[in-house]
Amino acid sequence: MNINTRKVLGYAFTYAVWIIVTIVTILPVYWMFVISARSRVELFNAPNLIISSFYTQNYTNIIYDRTFQSYMLNSVIVSTGNAVLVTVLALLATYALSRYDLVGKDNIFFTTLTQRMAPPAAFLLPLFLLYTQVFAFGEGRGRWDLYDTQIGLILLYCVFNLPFAIWLLKGIIDGIPYELDEAAYVDGATTSMVIRRIILPLAAPGLAVTLILSWVFAWNEYLLAATLTNFEARTITTGLAEFVTVTGTNWGEMAAVATLTLIPSLIVVAFAQRYLVAGLTFGAVKN
Amino acid sequence: MRKTRTGWLLLAPSMIILFVVGIVPFIYVLYVGFFDWNLFSASREMNFTGVDNYRQLVFDPLFLDALWVTIRFTFFAVVSQLIIGFFLAQMLLRDFPGKSFFRTIHTIPLMIAPIAIGAIWRLLTIPGFGPVPFLLDRWFDFDFNIGTNASQAFLAIVIMDIWHWTPFVTLTMLAGLSALPVEPREAALVDGANGWQVFRYITLPQMQPVVLTVLFIRIMDGLRTVDEINMLTNGGGPGTSTRTVGIHIFRVVFPQTDYGYGSAMSLLTLYLTIVACWFLFVSLTQVRRR
Repeated sequence: MNINTRKVLGYAFTYAVWIIVTIVTILPVYWMFVISARSRVELFNAPNLIISSFYTQNYTNIIYDRTFQSYMLNSVIVSTGNAVLVTVLALLATYALSRYDLVGKDNIFFTTLTQRMAPPAAFLLPLFLLYTQVFAFGEGRGRWDLYDTQIGLILLYCVFNLPFAIWLLKGIIDGIPYELDEAAYVDGATTSMVIRRIILPLAAPGLAVTLILSWVFAWNEYLLAATLTNFEARTITTGLAEFVTVTGTNWGEMAAVATLTLIPSLIVVAFAQRYLVAGLTFGAVKN
Repeated sequence: MRKTRTGWLLLAPSMIILFVVGIVPFIYVLYVGFFDWNLFSASREMNFTGVDNYRQLVFDPLFLDALWVTIRFTFFAVVSQLIIGFFLAQMLLRDFPGKSFFRTIHTIPLMIAPIAIGAIWRLLTIPGFGPVPFLLDRWFDFDFNIGTNASQAFLAIVIMDIWHWTPFVTLTMLAGLSALPVEPREAALVDGANGWQVFRYITLPQMQPVVLTVLFIRIMDGLRTVDEINMLTNGGGPGTSTRTVGIHIFRVVFPQTDYGYGSAMSLLTLYLTIVACWFLFVSLTQVRRR
């Protein structure tokens, strides 16, 4: 076997593997889309990948549904609120961790990681009790607590998003030369001016990635939202789980909701793909 | 370095939020775990019972069962992901036309909401008319039903997790592999080593820190998987065959409103995770130092 045949065989093998991987990845997602385009009757035919007629009622039923509209709106408000809050707070915190000589800052930095690693299920009960019993003000009808509120979820999602954002931004802000700050301070700039005029523009791409990924993580969250909301602040992920009931599931509409839930993720994959690895490994592995 | 007071001020908002939603629940759960407390029972008072909750927990067959399911699930899923991911990363090392396309498609499952992944796999495996049971029945006359067969349901959740998280392993391994120096490998090839020897004695030892980092992150995430399994097998069915600790707390303990006992279980779960975490982390740093 000469060197050329071996090369061709090597390429053929690589392509064969990647075509299989691509099919395995796409097919389940595509199948969900197919189901979302089928009426109840068509579902029980033999599996068939071709969408011959698009049954739009699965989508219109949901989009015009009051409950679902409020779930969707809650998801958008909670994710956006959380992503903005997290990005701003993380920018300030990372600037402090990067530029100031704080006692025990390495420990602080590291403690944030352990918070990201803790199993959320272990926090369900204490958070439920805190939200309904402890962080509650007033009595009777005027009673107000964090349970079933959007602000409750926005604060809560900081538990996993804030450590993630701090770890992602730390590397970026450490990479901005300290001499730039120094020069600005010598010229009489205040800390807030340095952050706004020097750090903000230079870290903008990193901040954008932090914002987008935090947004998606908040959008995708289910367990805490399912436990700490009841009706008012329910998000789309909890809505998706509600489709599966004991009495029977409307598969077509469930697939339609899942498809709608998926769209933001696909947009992110298209735009922030390059930063995913650094983001998901807390900068432990760079690419 | 600047005045530290401003630094603390900048750090304060983040620390306060993380303290309130991250540390306070932990302290609170530690406290409640020592009481017998049920808001909906005849006496709504908290009665101090010492370590009774923990004593009960150690002999709770449901909890131990869930723990065993979680460990088995994490083991099978992570091992498979590591092998497949490493292999796929090797396949992405050299350039070929269309490489970035394949990589982008491969990344999609990582960003999908876990609950939607559960829904996707549920649609594939609905007993009767989902394509997987349907085709297995038609082609091989094989009865695949995750609603009644425990081992098939377990297999289904492992395969779903492999589908979901292998891209993560591939991408991190690829990042690690591309950062390796080429010289040792080339030198070995010149000296007449074959492909397997190069892999076994050079690439693998060089990759050890990356492999351990990936292992660490994947085990942590595997141990706390709830959403997709809950969705796929409808709360860990059939029976308790796919009920992980997270699902057990979410679907069984939480609705029972036995807060003292639930707190004890939450704390023990947290403790076990931290121990596993610490154990992995120590081995990780020791390997790094060598």
